[in-house]
Amino acid sequence: MFGFLRKKSEPDKKKSRTSADRGILVFENTAEVIQAENVLKKAGWQVRVMGPPPEIQSGCDLVIEFPLTAELNIVRELRKAGIPPLQTVPVTAPLLTPVSLFHTKDFGKYLMVRAANMKITVEKESLTIVNISGGGCPDVPFLAGQMVGKTLSESPRPGDLGHTLCGYALELAYQELCRKC
Amino acid sequence: MLGIVGTVPYPQFPLSHGIAGVRGNHLHLSGQDIPINRGTPALIAAALKASETIKGPDIYAFLVGDIGKGHGSRALYHFLEQHLSEFDFRVLTFHYLQPDADWHNRVLFAVETMKQRPVLIADAGFMYAAKMSGQAPSYDFFTPDAGELAFLADENAPHPFYTRGFILHQNNKVPDLIRRAYQHGNAAPYLLVKGESDCIADKNGIIETVNSPSYEAMEAIGGTGDTLTGLLSVLCAAGLNPAEAAVLAARSNREIGSHIPCLTPATQIAELIEKIPRALTGVTEEYKYRQEGVRPPPFSAGT
Repeated sequence: MFGFLRKKSEPDKKKSRTSADRGILVFENTAEVIQAENVLKKAGWQVRVMGPPPEIQSGCDLVIEFPLTAELNIVRELRKAGIPPLQTVPVTAPLLTPVSLFHTKDFGKYLMVRAANMKITVEKESLTIVNISGGGCPDVPFLAGQMVGKTLSESPRPGDLGHTLCGYALELAYQELCRKC
Repeated sequence: MLGIVGTVPYPQFPLSHGIAGVRGNHLHLSGQDIPINRGTPALIAAALKASETIKGPDIYAFLVGDIGKGHGSRALYHFLEQHLSEFDFRVLTFHYLQPDADWHNRVLFAVETMKQRPVLIADAGFMYAAKMSGQAPSYDFFTPDAGELAFLADENAPHPFYTRGFILHQNNKVPDLIRRAYQHGNAAPYLLVKGESDCIADKNGIIETVNSPSYEAMEAIGGTGDTLTGLLSVLCAAGLNPAEAAVLAARSNREIGSHIPCLTPATQIAELIEKIPRALTGVTEEYKYRQEGVRPPPFSAGT
């Protein structure tokens, strides 16, 4: 008899978890978002990289979703790290979620992982990155130049050198490849 | 003349434009040598090889250094906004640029001021910006790969990074994704979808599929999509109709693989670009034979 009431209350509870108590940190560029995510995660904060709401989208954007109640501490942490956000905004609508699907292709001697539009391939035996393909943002050829020919452990991480969503997608593919190898 | 707009991954590389050429194993533009690798240099090098093979148009390149911070792209967008009206191109191809909807729209306005509206091809970052700004129908060609097609099909995604899972799951349903992209106005009049099978499509669906020869390793090689866009650009600039140009470009790009004896996922794009003359010659001679009944010689020129 009371099932109807429970069902109705569950989505409300979920809504309060996903919007009313969450905010977003907006930065100058994607590189700062990637740095801020690293700083906050290392400090133990539960944050997520998400897509901005349409009103502040410009083309190649990421924001960080964070618990609003921790705003002061989080902003202080970021100021200390030299990457203060441009603004903090409460979340009022669902945010875009980054891709979380990975495609893996086994070429026998080589293994390729794709995340979104980015692909990275290694030679299995030496774990040397032999190719990077896909993507459309200008840091992709730059990252490929820095990474191809190096082993997974020698290579700089795309998350450290990248500046765009393609760079971030490559970081995800790189992490997945490290998990698999 | 064919115009190509893009970036190179060297932050100090100044905004440069002029007729592009090849010197040794480098691109040559405005007194500067640029290594031929993935990205816009691969597209330009492929276009130069293709144009030389079919005695096609000169290639005029607009390049700037950008490693993803966007400064170079914005300088180039600004230059195009100010100066595009001074140029006359049959085809204008936009490639690796920082996606920015506002700057994209300014450049598209500038295109409208050109003496003659060129055939417009958008690939890579500029295609993302074209879709995001809602101006996809203003272009003649988009050249997405399978992941980018899913992005075009997702009316809410501003970048492939945000393509929703239920659409990404339709990876193998290319016809459905094409239909969805057109339904929401997010596709150019022609699509050349790069993949296991290359599909040439318009708003009515797939016009032709090209799936032979097939070399699995090419999917992993960075730059094979860039060479395809380079071939398409040259064939459009040579006056072929869009669908014919796309079919020949797709066939030629695949045919390159047959000229590399040990093609593996580790092969680098510069090696493939060298083989474009042989691949394109074979494909265009076969095309002429079918069009005019002129049988190709047993060995193609450029072998």
